[in-house]
Amino acid sequence: MYFWHFTEMPYPHLPDLDTISSMRVNLPSKHFDPKIGADLYNRYLDEHLIADDLGLNIMLNEHHQTATCMDVCAPLSAAVLARQTKNARICILGNPVANRSNPLRIAEEMAMIDCISRGRLDVGFVRGVPYETFAANSNPTQTVERLWEGLGLIVKAWTTHDGPFNFEGKFWHKRQVNLWPRPYQTPHPQIWITGSSDMEAIRQVGSRGYVFATFLQPYDKVKVMFDNYRASFVEHGLPGGGGTAYMPLVYTADSEAEAEKGAQELTWYLNAKTEPQFRNPPGYVPVAFNVKALQGAYSGRTDAVRTRGLEYLQEQGVLIYGTPDSVAKQVKRFYDLVGGFDHLLMMQQAGFLSHERTVKSMTLFAKEVAPQLKDLARTKPLRHAKTAA
Amino acid sequence: MATAKKAAKSAKKPATIKTSAAKSLAIKSTKKFVTLGDCKIEVERRGKGKPLLLLYGEEGLEPEAPFIDALARKYEVIIPSPPGFGASNRPDWIGNMDDVSYVYLDLLEKLDLKKVTVVGCSLGGWIALEMATKDDSRFAKLLLVDPYGVKIGGPYDRDIEDIWCTHPQKLAKLKWHDTEKGKRDFPSMPEDKLAVIARNSESFARFCWEPYMHNVKLKHRLHRVQVPTMFVWGKEDGLVKPSYGKAYSKLVKGAKFVVLPKAGHYPHLEQPEAFLKAVKGFV
Repeated sequence: MYFWHFTEMPYPHLPDLDTISSMRVNLPSKHFDPKIGADLYNRYLDEHLIADDLGLNIMLNEHHQTATCMDVCAPLSAAVLARQTKNARICILGNPVANRSNPLRIAEEMAMIDCISRGRLDVGFVRGVPYETFAANSNPTQTVERLWEGLGLIVKAWTTHDGPFNFEGKFWHKRQVNLWPRPYQTPHPQIWITGSSDMEAIRQVGSRGYVFATFLQPYDKVKVMFDNYRASFVEHGLPGGGGTAYMPLVYTADSEAEAEKGAQELTWYLNAKTEPQFRNPPGYVPVAFNVKALQGAYSGRTDAVRTRGLEYLQEQGVLIYGTPDSVAKQVKRFYDLVGGFDHLLMMQQAGFLSHERTVKSMTLFAKEVAPQLKDLARTKPLRHAKTAA
Repeated sequence: MATAKKAAKSAKKPATIKTSAAKSLAIKSTKKFVTLGDCKIEVERRGKGKPLLLLYGEEGLEPEAPFIDALARKYEVIIPSPPGFGASNRPDWIGNMDDVSYVYLDLLEKLDLKKVTVVGCSLGGWIALEMATKDDSRFAKLLLVDPYGVKIGGPYDRDIEDIWCTHPQKLAKLKWHDTEKGKRDFPSMPEDKLAVIARNSESFARFCWEPYMHNVKLKHRLHRVQVPTMFVWGKEDGLVKPSYGKAYSKLVKGAKFVVLPKAGHYPHLEQPEAFLKAVKGFV
């Protein structure tokens, strides 16, 4: 099993949450103090350097117009860390290709970072969460199509080494595509894709040998997703690479009481506020989902996950916390419940959780938990893949 | 999508139905599909008389409204559903109102309608003007109710309120003089109807997300409209204010512009009697 440190780089120093209607999209930037912001950027990057020293890998992401995530350009932080770290793999999870105006810029940026890091880059692609469509002004009805067209063009650009080609797709037209530099890794860095509900897309990820990642979901849902992934992986003759990744919130401490305090602070992330019109733009999910939404069903991470207590979140596997032995046990339990997985992506920092306490938790995990888990077998393909599908 | 397909399938059978409003007045209504290239367009025809093409708004509220039956006593009211709305299919190449207008011009030709009175509401008004700028030879006159479609101000001017970035409660206030009239009880509606509502909303975003609710070229084509034209506007329309409507109407040669009080974006639905009175003599 591989271990990845992650923080969404929050800016938590906001007015009383009861006095603001949203932390995303339309929160005025008068609430952002650049001096505090400067400290936070440097602090979060420092924590990634510490992760490298501890033998952990590094995961980065980006969001826009939101206090929940100050990283507005994961390639920028990846570039900084590619130069400053020595051993860690760096995974951008991911590039919001559906919301970027030119996929070839992503292809170039990733190739350059891959070279600077001498092949330590993993490249994720995301469709972008619903509220990202506003900041990017990306048509919400076509983000899936844009993701796949953009990704296809990027892979073609990475793997074409005998001169230019032209491309006339649905969303992008490009001429004389001829990437300089090419990626350090051959044929290209490992590709990751995130998902949560669209099983057809998850199967497509499996069939291409990409890593499939999902975040903060209860174990029963994760099992369905991973089963679909593995079934598709087998049906298509096990292409090289691939694997599964899961992200819970993780806090490791010397005592259960201290762990609970840290876990409580991490749940800041789950309570981020967004005005309703930004949560489900028209056409972002299929008609059948929106029929359920009109009937009153909630169409996102369930309210239960947001509002039930720590123990409920822990039982679901969304939040893992405790002493090192307890954390190792919880990860193993989750591993068994979902049929195994390859990458543990750990949100070990959120909200106001301080630098000292974040590093304490990271260190305990790296020194006392990781050794207990690192030899867990990689995900095995389902034996009866076709029936499971 | 499965539910929407089911809805489309069940509507495929040509049927003679009587709407509840139509029943008491014994106005017959038929629904059929008309094939135009790769578009299969659902067309309802209601009443008897000279042809009146009703182009409904993005929410598809008009076909159920009482003012239609007043028109259906004098006209044959022809109500098509744009690609992606109602039970009409949505070929992938349809991307904006310019595309939709060509489909509807094909429809007029296929049904061989002449001297048509065209009534377009909100999004439907925009489509009507897109059609008229291309070919209004089959039009008799044009009645537009709070249409979108053009950009009047500069890059920082909010001509058309950003409906997708507005809190639902505020949006209702911008849209309706009396927000009670805009309330819809979705949970009690059948699933096939909800599927149409959800798909209409998706198609609306597909076609109108960017450029937001306008065609940059339309303003420069409006001089081509030759038929008598009338704009009716809700005085309290907060989505597209009367000042926008007035400026819009000035772009169409000789167009009349009338404002109705105590009405928001849907004056024909909020004040049907005042609306019919205002358009009497024109329609």
